[in-house]
Amino acid sequence: MNALTVKDLHVKIGESHILHGVTFDVPAHKVTALLGRNGVGKSTTLKSIMGLYQGTGSIELNGSQILGTPTYKIAQAGVAYVPEDREIFSSLSVRENLALASRSKNNGEAYKTIYELFPELDSRATQLAGSLSGGQQQMVAIARALLNENEILLVDEPTKGLAPKLVTEVASALMKVAHQTTMLLVEQNLALVKRVAENIIVMDQGRVIFQGGPENLSDPAWVHQMLGVSGGHK
Amino acid sequence: MEAFILIGITGIGLGALYFLIASGLSLIYGLMGVLNFAHGSFLTVGAFVGFWVASKMGFETTIPEFILAMIVGGLAAGLFALLIEQLLITRLYERHIDQALVTVGVSLVVGAVLGGWFGNDLRMFPTPMWFLTAIDVGGAQIPADRVIYISTAILLLIGNWALLKFTRIGLIIRAGVENRHMVDALGINVRKAFSTVFFLGGFAAGVGGVLVSVYSNGVSPLIAGSYLIYGFIVVVIGGMGSVPGSFLAAMLIGIIKQFANYYATGLGDFVVVILLAVVLLIRPQGLLGKVRA
Repeated sequence: MNALTVKDLHVKIGESHILHGVTFDVPAHKVTALLGRNGVGKSTTLKSIMGLYQGTGSIELNGSQILGTPTYKIAQAGVAYVPEDREIFSSLSVRENLALASRSKNNGEAYKTIYELFPELDSRATQLAGSLSGGQQQMVAIARALLNENEILLVDEPTKGLAPKLVTEVASALMKVAHQTTMLLVEQNLALVKRVAENIIVMDQGRVIFQGGPENLSDPAWVHQMLGVSGGHK
Repeated sequence: MEAFILIGITGIGLGALYFLIASGLSLIYGLMGVLNFAHGSFLTVGAFVGFWVASKMGFETTIPEFILAMIVGGLAAGLFALLIEQLLITRLYERHIDQALVTVGVSLVVGAVLGGWFGNDLRMFPTPMWFLTAIDVGGAQIPADRVIYISTAILLLIGNWALLKFTRIGLIIRAGVENRHMVDALGINVRKAFSTVFFLGGFAAGVGGVLVSVYSNGVSPLIAGSYLIYGFIVVVIGGMGSVPGSFLAAMLIGIIKQFANYYATGLGDFVVVILLAVVLLIRPQGLLGKVRA
């Protein structure tokens, strides 16, 4: 059973044709990693699923077409999004960021879960989100996405720019979340991908060039050929 | 010293009028990116409806009757703003040139219709006799109507602050000013907040229209002109989307303009334009504005 099915997705931004017929499936209740070199269209793919970019083709969420649907309705249908640059609301407090994201009044359990994952957010509830460190802002961005019941979680480079200690903390939270939801994860940190992903998709120049299991990630030659990086340490 | 106090307080009174116009402009641009040249027509509609209500009370009104006329004028302008947003602006989001053309068109049509109906001559706005008296402040004789301008602006600032700080729609508006696409991505229809902001902006402009009519000694379809330009200057100096920024900038401009006009006869507008240029060069996001994501 697929939670998300993307077929022949073409996206243009201005005059640039970014996605050229992207096609892939995201199986339900699994973590799928979307990999590729910088600039191949991974973030554009997530934004297009979220309705932030318009395109042609087909995007189905649990069998229902969502391409062309307004972004807020896609989110209400159960697509949660953690953007690449966090995009937390810096002039709002941590508590206000979370309150804004929560669409249900009976959210006590959801708050309990996120405070278990990120205890720091409870103690910094009244602090302005803009004054948090990069890692803490990432926690707010992830927590915001977990406050509602989701069909799928889109997470874009959650460890980008974080100190090693914070990478471990965010990775640990993602691994806990991975057991509870379907996730489409864009990530350059292959060590993290190896730990959480059960399915991988590789993109190049706006196209999907591989979809399958994560076992190839242990083959340095394959990793070098597909991603242009050494599989040993990245 | 008396002259200093008089100029200072009348400057604050003038700033209060600018704030009533600029607060809505600032939120509308900050949240929606709509450059709303029709805002002056909200002011005019509020002024005429307020004038109509006050005229029903006779040539002279009591203070409660005047306040009623001001509130009804504000509500009428708010509803007119909502109508314009629903009929025209919703079809033009992200189309800035079309927005500018259509909103300029609305202001021309409103001005022409009211001018054709009532003529362009000033019509005396019925006010309480108390407005014609003066209040002694440190020896300076301050026109009493300035108290109404200043207290209305302060009430509106507090009301705006409370709405933005303590309600969910306020939370959505504050977040939307910062990053409206991310608000959408959280499953919130940010366009509902757009309508609220248009209504509130129209209400403030309508209330401002009634007070501008009193300040200008009468109501006319042409009263909005220079006030709308000052409204835009206040928004730029205060920072797009920042209501406290608009308040600060409006007071600053009102006071500087009055002092410049007194000590360097007729140079008030010139000094304000210099201030605008300095702010744009040193702090392009405005005094309390934020650099947008």
